Amino acid sequence: MRKTFTILSVITAVLLAYALYQALVVAPTDAQQGEVYRIIYYHVPSAWTAFLLFFINFIASIQYLVSRKPSTQAAAKWVVLAIGVAGVVACFLPAVQRLIPAGMRPSAVATTVLLIPIFYFVIGWLFPGDRLDVLAVTTAEVGVVFCTIVLITGPIWARPVWGIWWAPGDIRLTSTLVLWLIYVSYLVLRRFSNSAQTQMLAAALAVFGALDVPLVYFSIWFFRTQHPQPVIGGGGSMDPRMLRTLLDSWIAFLFFAFLVCWSRFRLELLHREVEEAHAMESLAGEGVAAKASLPLNRSPR
Amino acid sequence: MNAIKFLFAAYIATWVIHGVYLGSLVRRFSQLRRELKEVGKK
Amino acid sequence: MTGPIESPTNSLWAVTLATLVKDIRLEWRSKDALNSMLFFSLLVVVIFSFSFDPLAEESRHIVGGLIWVAFLFAAVVALNQTWARELRNQVLDAYRVSPAPANALFLAKALGNFIFVSVLEALMTPLFVIFYNLRVLGPAWQLIPVAVLGTWALVVNGTFFAAMSVRTRSRELMLPLLLFPISIPAVLGMVAATTSILTGEESAHFWIVLLLTYDVVFTTACLALFGMILHAE
Repeated sequence: MRKTFTILSVITAVLLAYALYQALVVAPTDAQQGEVYRIIYYHVPSAWTAFLLFFINFIASIQYLVSRKPSTQAAAKWVVLAIGVAGVVACFLPAVQRLIPAGMRPSAVATTVLLIPIFYFVIGWLFPGDRLDVLAVTTAEVGVVFCTIVLITGPIWARPVWGIWWAPGDIRLTSTLVLWLIYVSYLVLRRFSNSAQTQMLAAALAVFGALDVPLVYFSIWFFRTQHPQPVIGGGGSMDPRMLRTLLDSWIAFLFFAFLVCWSRFRLELLHREVEEAHAMESLAGEGVAAKASLPLNRSPR
Repeated sequence: MNAIKFLFAAYIATWVIHGVYLGSLVRRFSQLRRELKEVGKK
Repeated sequence: MTGPIESPTNSLWAVTLATLVKDIRLEWRSKDALNSMLFFSLLVVVIFSFSFDPLAEESRHIVGGLIWVAFLFAAVVALNQTWARELRNQVLDAYRVSPAPANALFLAKALGNFIFVSVLEALMTPLFVIFYNLRVLGPAWQLIPVAVLGTWALVVNGTFFAAMSVRTRSRELMLPLLLFPISIPAVLGMVAATTSILTGEESAHFWIVLLLTYDVVFTTACLALFGMILHAE
């Protein structure tokens, strides 16, 4: 394990350095924004990484909830498969294709929908039982870190380019803010809850959060049509060299995120080991048990 | 020229945040290892 | 409460109604919470009227936001003591053991909170009208579905999160902490709809549909997951 970690760390460092070089030197200067636009090479990959981590948390939370009863577990598997199949098929029906926003190909949407069952089964296979919850807390915490970076680099980018720090109608930044708030509240719930069922409560909250996200998106989208605001981050197509740099940067950050998650995962396993040791100690109840510190005291993480 | 300051601010902020988080992970690791040793001794 | 041969729907509603009536009766007898909530609501309106100039022409544009922020605070204070009585008398344990469906308890609590918060809103609204010299320029009747859907949106999630917060440290703080982020699209909807109706400048149609969708989605989610929350620990 140690060796793999070290090798991966080296590879990640190299990738990050290369991505930085590409971002600052290789990528061409933007016609309108000058050099400042290069913030995008940190801002956007962080956003994609955060969303990916939150998505994994959502899948893990659902699996954790349904794993309580074998009947729900089996039902969930079929539902997920159905979503995958229906989603792919639907993308090729003309009625649905009209709903797809301009610029997105139906095959791209189909592939994204297919990711749901793929992630579901892979995660269920790689992380059995309680490990689902460890994965959930890991991805939530690391996701919040990356999300914080998005919310900080966003306004830093907006200020010199658009003259404002924040626009409430900016759909991407505001949706990200709400997602950040939801997951911070998730982490607070985990920290403050001392119930034996904290894990299930947190999973329920994650599901609520996931249900909320499309509603957030649509409400801000409509708000924006009524109150036109500057679009921070701009739309439109990109110079292919910029796109290449963006993707390279994202891959580097994905490697980095993987390493951080791996570390956090191991930390959580160690934490549970310590808690179990405390619990065992209290059960064994040796002579000095009366004077020993209360093992049920949850140590702050 | 002023705009470049924002570019570097963003990049530095990113790594500061990552650094703080990684630092907290290291701290928590050593704290837990210490605790595990103490419980093992008992 | 009802025999095992009763149909499931019958027993769900029977238990819900019985619990709801019991709660209202208890609340009415003590009147403590009710009176302090009423006074709190009055205070909020007064403070707002000092903070935001009611005479400005733009006031009609911001009053929608002010009203719902005031309602939100009142709702949180009301929600915080949703389960307090149950906790004090170990009623929750009794409920867990009984054959009554968990959803009935949830519905009863949510409906009780809905009634309670609606009463507060009904009392705060004339105060806002007076302090801010409000005249509704748009279709006033639309304010009713907005109020009903918006209040239910806050109350249904609030009751659920209050149950979740019951076993946490700082439980009074935990409730708004969990509730506010999730409620953002609903709050945006309520405020935007109210402002549209007050100013008469835009149609509130989209927002009412959004609130309805929000209510359906989260009522379903709460009913589906409440049993698990109740039986936790």
